Formats: sequence, structure tokens, C-alpha cells
Amino acid sequence: MSNNSPHITDYKVLAKVLLVLMFLTFVTIEITSIDLAAFTVTIALLVAGIKSFLVLSYFMHLKYENLLLKILVTMVFVLFIIIVLITFIDYSFR
Amino acid sequence: MSEKHTHIEHRDDEASKLGMWLFIFTELLLFGGLFLVYSIFRSQYPTSFHEGSLELNVTIGALNTMVLLVSSMTIAMAITAIQKKNKKLTLILIGITLFLAFVFLVNKYFEWGAKFHHGLYPGSDLMELLDRGHHLYFSLYFFMTGLHALHIIVGMILLIITYVKVKNESIKHDHFVFLENGALYWHLVDLIWIFLFPLMYLIS
Amino acid sequence: MNNTEHVSFLEHQGKHKGILAWILSTDHKRIAFLYMYAIAAFFLVGAILGLLMRFELIAPGETIMKPQTYNGIFTVHGIIMIFMVVIPGLSAVFGNFFLPILIGAKDVSFPKLNLFSWYLFMFGSALAVASQFLKSGPPDTGWTFYAPYSTTTGTSVIIATTAAFILGFSSILTGLNFIVTVHRLRAPGMKFFNMPLFPWSLYATAWIQLLATPVVGITLLMLIAERLFGIGFFNPDLGGDPVLFQHLFWIYSHPAVYIMILPAMGVITEIIPTFCQKKVYGYKAIALSSLAIAGVGFLVWGHHMYTSGMSEQARWFFSLLTFIVAVPSAIKVFNWISTMYKGSIDMKPAFLFALAFIFLFMIGGLTGLILGSVATDIQVHDTSFIVAHFHYIIFGGMGFAFFAGLHYWFPKMYGRMYNFKRANFSVIALFVGFNLLYFPQFIIGVQGMPRRYFDYFPRFQWAQILSTIGGVILFIGLIVMIYNLVKAARSGEKAPANPWNGSTLEWQLPSPPSIENFDEDPVVKENPYDYN
Repeated sequence: MSNNSPHITDYKVLAKVLLVLMFLTFVTIEITSIDLAAFTVTIALLVAGIKSFLVLSYFMHLKYENLLLKILVTMVFVLFIIIVLITFIDYSFR
Repeated sequence: MSEKHTHIEHRDDEASKLGMWLFIFTELLLFGGLFLVYSIFRSQYPTSFHEGSLELNVTIGALNTMVLLVSSMTIAMAITAIQKKNKKLTLILIGITLFLAFVFLVNKYFEWGAKFHHGLYPGSDLMELLDRGHHLYFSLYFFMTGLHALHIIVGMILLIITYVKVKNESIKHDHFVFLENGALYWHLVDLIWIFLFPLMYLIS
Repeated sequence: MNNTEHVSFLEHQGKHKGILAWILSTDHKRIAFLYMYAIAAFFLVGAILGLLMRFELIAPGETIMKPQTYNGIFTVHGIIMIFMVVIPGLSAVFGNFFLPILIGAKDVSFPKLNLFSWYLFMFGSALAVASQFLKSGPPDTGWTFYAPYSTTTGTSVIIATTAAFILGFSSILTGLNFIVTVHRLRAPGMKFFNMPLFPWSLYATAWIQLLATPVVGITLLMLIAERLFGIGFFNPDLGGDPVLFQHLFWIYSHPAVYIMILPAMGVITEIIPTFCQKKVYGYKAIALSSLAIAGVGFLVWGHHMYTSGMSEQARWFFSLLTFIVAVPSAIKVFNWISTMYKGSIDMKPAFLFALAFIFLFMIGGLTGLILGSVATDIQVHDTSFIVAHFHYIIFGGMGFAFFAGLHYWFPKMYGRMYNFKRANFSVIALFVGFNLLYFPQFIIGVQGMPRRYFDYFPRFQWAQILSTIGGVILFIGLIVMIYNLVKAARSGEKAPANPWNGSTLEWQLPSPPSIENFDEDPVVKENPYDYN
């Protein structure tokens, strides 16, 4: 909560997160250049998921926010995934 | 009717931040719709999408990813700086973020420019000749990166306003929710690119 | 402001005078009035267009208009009614006015944003109306803008979709404002489960507005891009997939049905305990069923697409989910009826409207089950059965709930009382006219009368004549109701603060409330419907 106990994220933490993000970008580029057939997409999305988790938690300060906001953000992502899955119930059985 | 003397101007930073997050949700779902379209068409035309992605310049894409990631960090650091009452550093960090945003757009300009130069743009004769899968891939490419670039521009406008506000001290160490919200918006742009980059440039 | 002398928000004098005091006001109550007058005007236009269609259909063949005019009229009737009347209706009017009051707040969280969304609403509406008069002709796609026809027709689809996009944005901002308001501005001591149920339903609605609307936004943008640049998302000639358009469209537009009906249910839930002088039955069940409807409502969009070529598996899956979403709606109906049981019922006009709502909503809901199961839906798809069904839900549901809310809260909003006899007459006329208008459409729908058709076989004419007569009666009811309310607003008797002996917070305020609503923090009850 920014009003009563403002959390100050250290510069070093942010820099470290950036390094990890850079590294993961590199990993994505390398992995996708190898042919892993169907797994390529899964891995690329997984890495992108980790990256966005980092951005959300540290850059966007979600880690230091109240529980409500964490739940809401999770809910939005879950909702989107469910919608995609349901749409694929149609497309994968056509 | 004036609220000045009747409505008590109450400040609720939590409310402003929650509002910004809710707005970000809508942006996520806006792009979510596009990602849904992408995944459907990708599942239907896997080879065309693969061949399409080979046409894109991975180096420029990777460079832009780096640019956005760094800018995301600098704007996050700007919040730390303002909390530590370091106005000068805050301004520098917002400035760097803006500069990086500009670099991103310049890169994008050259990337799109090259495509246009080859006659590849929405509605062009070349696009008409492509088979369905390729046509869809490039349609999505232009539409998604275009919409993303539009968001970069909106984000830049927000950051410029923030810069001015920090400068004339209407954003201060004890009142910086506007900077926080501007930063949140900027991270959103980064967040979308994190998915856009592998899906457009890499996955083969 | 002077505490001893009450100045209502209607009389309050601020910086601006005259009309500016309204269109520049950030007071949630004045914004509610702005919405109400705009929506009332649009509603009348939409209703007149509907009546024109009814006259056209009174006999087979051409009677009063050309086929293309008919196509334009049903499209604009749909666009006006859906995007400009029904979706904003309850939440923008009664939500704006009463949400802050019911939770003991002085205003919404972002008053300026609230005014901004009204301007967006008006701008979008102006565009939608303008699309009717352009040289290319009014859009003829129906309000659903189905691809690929919408990507190729020469009519002004781009303007109409842009209008829908802007209206959607306005709706998002209203939803955003309400969510933050509910989270941040509840009166001290008011927990979520101490809130009245209308705020609960608005909260659930706001989430749908916030999360579903962007999807239709991007869909309409893609449609515009397709028309402008020949990008081929939906047109099969360019490689696109028209069924995908339907998916995206209904991912929004089915939840949008709940944007329409959830606040309506909330209004009814406020009215019934007041006129029964009884605690609402199953408070938590009603509150949570609103959230359940909002949640499950996101997952059932495919039941609009049984005949559009979806896979078998998707069809039974959507059918299953559709039956599930009926459960929370049924919970609400059950609880309303149980609240009435052994209550001391007072048959005031608002309560009559609420009863009419329950009846019409039940018919609409039960026929919804027929449409929810694949086999029967295929028989009646795209017939007037559908038309009857959704008018029962949207007009019989949302429309009657709006009228009910209007009669319930009118004394609070204007500080004046209307004439009960005329109000009762309008309830009866509206109810009889409504059923006469739409019930025959169920019957000929099953027999095969297609929807959106200009012409039909003579064997359907008996029903079309009945419907047209019903339409006229309905319209007379409307005119009487509007006359009654306008007259009351100008010269009705002064209304007391609590004419119905209600227990929620708005009735503790003077009628009409002052600009700040509460001069001191309100006393929050454990249960908002405590009549003992």
C-alpha cells in the first residue's frame, strides 16, 4: 500500500531483474532456432510467461501490492486463457 | 457548478492506481483478442506462419526487445528515484525512457520501411498475390505491431506529461501516483512486446 | 453549505449557470440525469423505428417502405437500442445516481472521468446517428455486423462500427469507475456483505463491461482495418474466417447480455423487499449469484453460433455451459418470490412493474433454454422465435426493470410524486401490449417465420396483425407513462423523504438529495434490508 508504508524498490533489484530478462530473451532466441517441433511454441510461451511474471512482480511492483490486486491480475490472465481454450474446442475438432 | 467549495478534494492514490490497473486489464484483453486471432490462424496455417516469420528481421526484433526491456527498467527506477527525493535522477531516467521509446520507433520505421519497399504492405498488389496463410500472417504482423506502436506513442505522450509534472514539482516524493501510473502503462507496452516478439519473429 | 437549510442538487448553484451547470457538472446525480434524458430520447427514436417495422409487417409484401429501407431500419433499431439504450441504461442512469448513495459515498471515485464517459457516449451516439444519413446509405448488416457481409457491403459500416467502438469505450470507463468506487468509497464500517444488492449487481456488471468490451473493440477495429486496407481477417476471399468474427463478436456480446440484465435484477432486488417490508430472502445467494452470472456468462458465447459451422464438441460444450448459467438466474427468481412470501405487500406501481418483470423474464429465460439446447435451437434459429425471446429478456427484463426503477426512485430523484392511477394504467397497457406484441412471434417462429425478413407467407399474417396491435398498445402505454412522469417532474406533489418506507441509505436522505449526499457519515446496518 503506497499510502502507509511505501515500498522502495532498490536500484540493484531492478537491474538484476533486467539482467534476467535479457538472459531469458537470449534463451528464447537460441531455443527457437533449434527445431524442437511442437515444443518450440510451448517453450517460447513458457519463457515469455516467466518474463511477464518478472515484469509484473518487480517492475510493476505487484509483489508489494495488496492481495486483492494480485488476485485480480491472475483472474484476468486465467480468464483469457480459458477463453482461448474454449475457442480451440471449436477449432481443433472441426 | 463548482466542486471547489462543496466537494472536498480528497486524494486517494490507491484508487488512482487501482483505476490504472483496471485500465491495463482492458488493454490486455484488447491485445488478447488479437492473440486469440493469431493463435487460431497459426494453428490453421502453421507452415505459412513459419515461412512468414523467416521474412522478419530477428536482429531488429531482438534489438527492440532489449530497448523496451531497458526502458522498462529505467522507468521503474524513476519511481525509486522520486521516492528517494532525487528529482534530478528522476528526470534523467524518464528522459532515457523517452529516448529509448524513440529508438524503438525509429527501428520500427526502418523495419516497416523495408517491408514497404518490397511492396509488402496491407492492400498492396504483392499482398493480394500471397496465399491465404501468408496473407493472414502479414496482416496480423502489420496490425499487431502497428497497434503496439500506437501504444508506444500514447505511452510517450504520458511520459512527456509526467516529465513536465516532475519538473514543476506537481509530482513529488510524497505524491507520485501519476508517475506510477505512467510507468504502469509503459510496462504494459513492454509486457505485450514480450509475447509479440517470440510469436512474430521467432516461433518456427 | 448551510446545514440547517437543505439545498438539493437540482437547485444547487455553482460556478456555472443554466445548461452549463449540467453539462459541465461532475456531480454523479447530474450526470445520471444527463444520461437519462439522452437515453430517453434515443429510446423513443428506437421505439418509433420498431413501430415502423411493425407497420411494414402488418401485411405481406411492401406496405410502407422499400426492402432496403427495412434493412436499414432494423439495423439502426438494433444499434440504438443495444448500444445506446440498453447497455448503458441502468448502470449509467440509476447506477450513477444511486451507487454512491447506496454505499454511503459522496460521489464516484473519478467524477471527471464520469463526465468524460458521458461525452464519449454522446459522441459515439452522434456518430451512430450520422451513419444513417451518409450518402452511402445506412448500414444494413444488423447490429451484429456479421462478416463477411459487413466487410463488403457498400453502406456506411465504418462509421457505425467506430460509433460502437466509442460507445464501448464509454461503457468501459463507467465500469472502471464503479469498480474503484465500490472498492474505495464504501462508508466506514460497510463491508462487501453489508452493501445493498443493487451495488452488488453493478459491481458484477462493471467487471463484464471492463473485461468483455475490449474484445469487441479489437474486433471492430479489425473489421475497420479490413475494410480500409483489405487486411483479410474475416473475409474468406482474403483467407479470413467469418466464424472467427462470430466468436470474437459473441465473446463480448454474450456477456453484454448480462451487462443489460444484471443491473435490472439488482433494481428488482431493491424494489421487492421495500414493497413487502421484509428482509430480502437469501442475501448472500443473490449477491454471489450476480458474480456467478458474470463469471459463467463469459464462457457461453458459442450458443449464438450453433448453426454457423462450429465443431460438434464445441456445440455440446457451449450447450452444457449455457444450462449452467441458468442456475444463478433461477436462484434470483426463487429468492424474489420467497421474499414476497408472507410479506406485507403494497401494490404500488413500481412493485407492479417488478412483478411484470419477473413474469416476462421467466418467459424469456425459459424460452432461452429451448435455444440453449442444440437440437431445438437449430429448428428455431434465425426465426422470429429468437426475436421474441430476446425482446422478452431485454425489453421485458431490462426495459421493465428500468421503468420499475424509474417509478421506485422517481420521488427521490425529483422530489416529487407522480399520479398512481396513470402509472397503474401504463403498467397494464405496457404489459398487455408487450405480450400481445411478442408472444405471437414465438408461435410463428416455431412455424418458420424468419427474422429480419421484409416479406412473409400469408399464413403468418394473423400473428403479425396481433403483434402490430400489441405494438400500438405498448406505444400508448409508453406515452402515458412518459406524460405522467414529465407532468410529475414539473408540477407533481412534493414527495416525502421516504415515501415507500424503504430501509436502504437513499431513503434516509432528503428528496432530492443535496449535492454532497451525506452531510455526515451514514449509519451502516448489518443487513441493508432490515425491516424489524
